[in-house]
Amino acid sequence: MSARGVTITVNGEARSIACDPRTSLLDALREHLHLTGTKKGCNQGACGACTVLVDGRRINACLTLAVMHHGAEVTTIEGLATGDALHPLQAAFIDCDGLQCGFCTPGQIVSGVACINEGHASSAAEIQAWMSGNICRCGAYLGIIAAISQAAGRS
Amino acid sequence: MFPFSFDKVSTEDEALRAAAAGGRFLAGGTTLIDLMREEIEQPRHLVDINALPLAEIRAEGSDLLIGALARMADVAGHPETLRLHPLIAESLLEGASPQLRNAASIGGNLLQRVRCPYFRMRDAACNKRMPGSGCSAIGGLNAGHAIMGTSEHCVATHPSDLAVALVALDATLRVRGPEGERGFPVEDLFRLPGETPHLEHTLMPGELIVEVWVPGGPPARKARYLKVRDRASYEFALVSTAVALDIQDGRILGARIAAGGVGTRPWRMRASEAALIGKAPVREAFSAAAELAVRGARPLSGNHYKVDLLRRTIVRALEMAGEMT
Repeated sequence: MSARGVTITVNGEARSIACDPRTSLLDALREHLHLTGTKKGCNQGACGACTVLVDGRRINACLTLAVMHHGAEVTTIEGLATGDALHPLQAAFIDCDGLQCGFCTPGQIVSGVACINEGHASSAAEIQAWMSGNICRCGAYLGIIAAISQAAGRS
Repeated sequence: MFPFSFDKVSTEDEALRAAAAGGRFLAGGTTLIDLMREEIEQPRHLVDINALPLAEIRAEGSDLLIGALARMADVAGHPETLRLHPLIAESLLEGASPQLRNAASIGGNLLQRVRCPYFRMRDAACNKRMPGSGCSAIGGLNAGHAIMGTSEHCVATHPSDLAVALVALDATLRVRGPEGERGFPVEDLFRLPGETPHLEHTLMPGELIVEVWVPGGPPARKARYLKVRDRASYEFALVSTAVALDIQDGRILGARIAAGGVGTRPWRMRASEAALIGKAPVREAFSAAAELAVRGARPLSGNHYKVDLLRRTIVRALEMAGEMT
């Protein structure tokens, strides 16, 4: 199958790659652009570790093809900090112990940023429901909810 | 994943031509790409239809019209959905995760394939995946499977929450294809498995769902979706029901009841609806209606619990709807 040219603005920078149409957005980010912050967990849309923002909306990067996103703007975990200054939700995850092993954390944080932007972080119960697409096998949920609550309160 | 060719189309004519040549439509991709990776689906040519102008959500009088490419999240949060058909918003938000709801289209939601584990297990017999190979669920793990509309060839439930609400609300689909445009009830989209479980829907080859039309009226106002499942969110239904009541002067003038998680397609309970007409909206009447709903249920070895759970879910949902002002 012939490679196709795809240009995606990733974290504010236009990036062009040539990829097989089978390439998921997740594999394009990790294998072609070497942005390995976005994690491959289940690779079937169940765990949320691959959550990225596409045109501002959180989606599972594993369940979409890179060729579907020619011209789109993608934000990954690498695009949240400003220089050395962490995004407020990144700082809140550290403050609140929102992780143990850290594998799900990039997806949790990107999803959490969207959760706050959507206005779905007004209570612990609401955060639980709207973060249900992100699984944490270490069970750091209490810290994750505390971190999102803290960042939502500040923003 | 097997190789395929890929085209992005910008007009409906292009889309229909590509489909007539054997292409498969690709919208959100959340079901199709997953199944392609598992090699359960093996399309040779994908037609990306996301650029078509079919994502509009609008009101026409008291009716709600939903473009087939509207995303689950956008329909659930749209002011006209919340004003005219909060039941639809409720059913959508009970399904999937926020990430999936941002990606998945309404047309794709209705056409999503079953969640029977044997369908996804390539070394297991499955008549849906490989006609004639047998059904592993009937003698296997079947706690999540159907108790109505089953056949000796397939017992998988239809997984959509939205479809249950649309069937309860008498929604209609508008589709376009090589033969032009036609409309039919959402309920008629879904086939019973019978002897041909690999045939799941009634679209003709190359037809494209363009819009869902949901009539307004009294049932829209007292309507609830109740979903019972193994965890509180992001899980498929064990049993779900969409109910709607038209109550005037303390009597039920109209009732709609449909269930998910129990049928091989979204299951409308017309005998239960008829039994409620003229009755006061009280538990006794709801229980009698629920009793009729489970008549004819054929539980499998692992899902006898669904019979009683369906009864109780219907009663509870009717009470919740009756309490709405």
